[in-house]
Amino acid sequence: MTKITMTVNGKSASGDVEGRTLLVDFLRNDLHLTGTHVGCDTSQCGACTVHVNGKAVKSCTMFAADADGADVQTIEGQANEDGSLNVIQQAFQDHHGLQCGFCTPGMVMAAAELLKNNPKPTEADIRHHLEGNICRCTGYHNIVKSIMAASGQDVSAIAAE
Amino acid sequence: MYNFEFVKPSSVADAVSALSAEGAQALGGGQTLIPTMKQRLASPDTLVSLSDIAEMQGVSSAGGSVTIGGATTHADVAAANAFAGLTTLAGNIGDPAVRNRGTIGGSLANNDPAACYPAAALATGATITTNARDIAADDYFQGMFTTALEDGEIITSVTMPVPEASNYQKFEQPASRFALVGVFVAKYADGVRVAVTGASENGVFRWSEAEAALNGNFSADAIADLSIDASGMIEDLHGSKAYRANLVKVLTDRAVSAAS
Repeated sequence: MTKITMTVNGKSASGDVEGRTLLVDFLRNDLHLTGTHVGCDTSQCGACTVHVNGKAVKSCTMFAADADGADVQTIEGQANEDGSLNVIQQAFQDHHGLQCGFCTPGMVMAAAELLKNNPKPTEADIRHHLEGNICRCTGYHNIVKSIMAASGQDVSAIAAE
Repeated sequence: MYNFEFVKPSSVADAVSALSAEGAQALGGGQTLIPTMKQRLASPDTLVSLSDIAEMQGVSSAGGSVTIGGATTHADVAAANAFAGLTTLAGNIGDPAVRNRGTIGGSLANNDPAACYPAAALATGATITTNARDIAADDYFQGMFTTALEDGEIITSVTMPVPEASNYQKFEQPASRFALVGVFVAKYADGVRVAVTGASENGVFRWSEAEAALNGNFSADAIADLSIDASGMIEDLHGSKAYRANLVKVLTDRAVSAAS
């Protein structure tokens, strides 16, 4: 077992992990932060997307021990300080950017990284950035619309069919 | 996956030392190795993470060449924008989260026959620098998943001469985002190099007939009458040998036309 310590959503978190413990398992099983989902467990679907040192990663494809000392952000840390939804989360609600909701934590974390680096993305930018996030309800149009809205842009041109 | 001991050294020397242990294996970004371990196709006793080694990070330019640390992520290579073909290649590997973890050294050490980076390294005549020596790209790639690396040898950096013009064209397998076929064209004062990934059963290779034709006339017209032998191509449910052979020519045409 290896002792690890990281900052998760602004708070220090420690634990003893095996070498093979994945970051997502440490977050869910040890820290009980179950908002980060395991969809495919094969690094394809993106439901487990979290930020490690400000960069979106698939937490099912990173060892917890490799995040020792890192600054980790999960979906649980996204709301505003007063508990209200942040601008991306609110846009997902306003534009029906989720159906079953399973992919949503990953979609929100992917969107947060995109908007941090590219505050006014085009529709093509958004779709390119979401290539690693799969919605099996196939609700992509409204997810794209939600991210466009979160960036403060007009969403009327996004395909609705 | 089977359990293992995890170590994270902060210098190349310490990593080399850790890798000398029986059953030890290097871990780059893990975007291939971790899925492989989940399937129990690899079961190292010790994983030596290279992610904390500062001397293996970053992109620098000097004397007409760009040098990329072996632990530099695809996202950081794309952001460095060293030259057109490399930026396109690095910025379209996998997806954004994969690019934030996967590294150039990991990709080249694995030498997947459908990976993108081997095409860039071979087309630019890169020098692959390890903890022990420099290896020319023409000597480095030795077939599918096979390289000149010895056990425990670490790619510390990769140096690519910056081409006058370059382009990378990938015909993407839409589920995996690996190259069904990928072609990297690099034009230098002393000649053109064309490297093809995804197509051959022997891994990345140079299409020498196209290079010869393009040396005299760097335009798509120069390769119009060429074709490539389909016999050594990969055949799987995604495409036949003939399909891949045709893609090699189509993508070379597009890469030459788009080179900048």
